[in-house]
Amino acid sequence: MMRLPKFEYRVPRTIAEAVKIVGDVGPTAQFVAGGTDLYPNMKRRQQTPRTVISVMRVPELNQITGDGKSGVRIGASVTLTDIVEHPLINRDYPVIAYAARTISTPILRNMGTIGGNLLLDTRCNYYDQNYEWRKGINFCLKKDGDVCWVAPGSSKCWAVQSSDLVPVMVAIGAKFRLASTLGERMIDAAGFYNDDGIDYLKKRPDELLVDIHLPPTNGWRASYQKLRRRGAFDFPVLGVAAYIKFENGRANGERTVRDAKIVLGGIAPSPIQIAEASAALIGHAFDDEYIQAAAEAAYVKARPLDNTDFVMNWRKQMARQYTLRALRALAVSD
Amino acid sequence: MGKQKAHIQFVLNGETAEVAFAPHKTLLEVLREDLGLMGTKHGCELGECGTCTVLVNGRSILSCLMLGLDAEGQDVKSIEGMANGSQLHPLQETFADTGAAQCGYCSPGFLLVAEELLKKNPNPNRETIKEALSGNLCRCTGYIKIYEAVELAAARMRGEEMELPRASVYGLE
Ligand SMILES: Cc1cc2nc3c(=O)[nH]c(=O)nc-3n(C[C@H](O)[C@H](O)[C@H](O)COP(=O)(O)OP(=O)(O)OC[C@H]3O[C@@H](n4cnc5c(N)ncnc54)[C@H](O)[C@@H]3O)c2cc1C
Ligand code: SF4
Ligand code: FES
Ligand code: FES
Repeated sequence: MMRLPKFEYRVPRTIAEAVKIVGDVGPTAQFVAGGTDLYPNMKRRQQTPRTVISVMRVPELNQITGDGKSGVRIGASVTLTDIVEHPLINRDYPVIAYAARTISTPILRNMGTIGGNLLLDTRCNYYDQNYEWRKGINFCLKKDGDVCWVAPGSSKCWAVQSSDLVPVMVAIGAKFRLASTLGERMIDAAGFYNDDGIDYLKKRPDELLVDIHLPPTNGWRASYQKLRRRGAFDFPVLGVAAYIKFENGRANGERTVRDAKIVLGGIAPSPIQIAEASAALIGHAFDDEYIQAAAEAAYVKARPLDNTDFVMNWRKQMARQYTLRALRALAVSD
Repeated sequence: MGKQKAHIQFVLNGETAEVAFAPHKTLLEVLREDLGLMGTKHGCELGECGTCTVLVNGRSILSCLMLGLDAEGQDVKSIEGMANGSQLHPLQETFADTGAAQCGYCSPGFLLVAEELLKKNPNPNRETIKEALSGNLCRCTGYIKIYEAVELAAARMRGEEMELPRASVYGLE
């Protein structure tokens, strides 16, 4: 058996209790929700907290409130299955239900939560291995070692942001609420991720993710396209989220793009916003000429490294194709 | 921490169970090592195969990624609880009838997920079955016979007759 290391387990019932425990114990404590990221990592000794604090029995973290008109709040401990099956999310935020449904497998989605997904550890072929394997290569920068095997000259870790929901949250402008013993703060999804595989979050270890605030659905639409080897189980090795908002009314019978975002996941330590793709689309009609220009911009900016499944040059090529698909999906669903 | 054992009570296959175990053990380890129930299999132990699946309050979960401690007070069903005495569950019968199990190592997981599916949806089409079972890997039978076994069981549970395709029963002629 591949066993968990020993740890102390705490199950708080309120937010105040949860943040107090983590504040008291300090950096050797870590939260757990569904455990589908943390427990495999603990079994492989990639993460070794001495105290594990469950967030699953805190009622405030387990609800979905609001609607598309006012915006929706999703508690961090809501499971992915509950999101996939939620009527209101499916009606008002189909892109969230769709992206959630591409994650892992039905059984893992019964356990895994949205909060855990948005805080998912970064991934790399040299890191997501058991202890003996990693010891065999003398470990790496991210954990227990001092070289990055992907870019040996680099002082930075390039492990990959691998959540399917992160690019979508960045594209639609979601916000996250964090709590600690020092109080609460809100942070934009777009500013929450660092381009560093080790220090990949703006969240401090003592902060609890409370809920996710989805913006009102005032006319924007969004889509997501995921690249992976198998139709289930596999993490994205490229994920493209597209967001479009049109001007009111039409010019010469056509609608003009007022705002547009393309966000790539699965290719770098953080989600990558392609500003040039937005620039290619904004102010124009939403036709294929501009869509192709946006896809080209995504291709140029996509710089995957050789640390996930598939050849990196092919993943770069696919950035163009998947951006095309994501944008065309928005064009047809008028 | 240390050597102290945790002690919990929960419902296991319809009966109250009490068990003591090292507190960092997974439910999989508790079922197999502390309760002696070997029906729940261990494969990858990392969430990548589905053979350790059990139902907790009717929902499939991976026992290799759930702490034994979190079973406290819950209703857990493992493969040992699927038959009713000596009366096999219709899914168990059709898995045997169609040859949906070769080595059988994946069967406990498939059976419990299929049971969960048929409770929600007594008449699923092939696509729905495929998606519902997409978290379970089989390395020898292949998936066609497993899908057919689920379809056959669903039909029998609805009180309908169903014929398997000839090729499934006799191979390609
Ligand atoms: C085989 C397999 C396939 C997978 N495939 C995919 C995939 O395709 N796409 C994908 O996106 N993910 C995938 N995952 C990863 C994972 O299952 C999901 O991302 C899941 O949503 C993680 O949620 P969790 O609740 O299980 O996280 P946990 O493991 O409980 O936690 C993950 C991290 O978040 C922290 N955390 C959790 N909740 C809070 C909180 N409220 N406040 C502060 N910190 C918190 C934990 O400390 C930990 O660092 C896969 C995992 C496995 C094992
Ligand atoms: S990118 Fe480099 S440092 Fe980071 S996990 Fe991979 S090998 Fe290790
Ligand atoms: S043993 Fe649990 S998923 Fe493989
Ligand atoms: S029957 Fe052997 S793994 Fe499925």
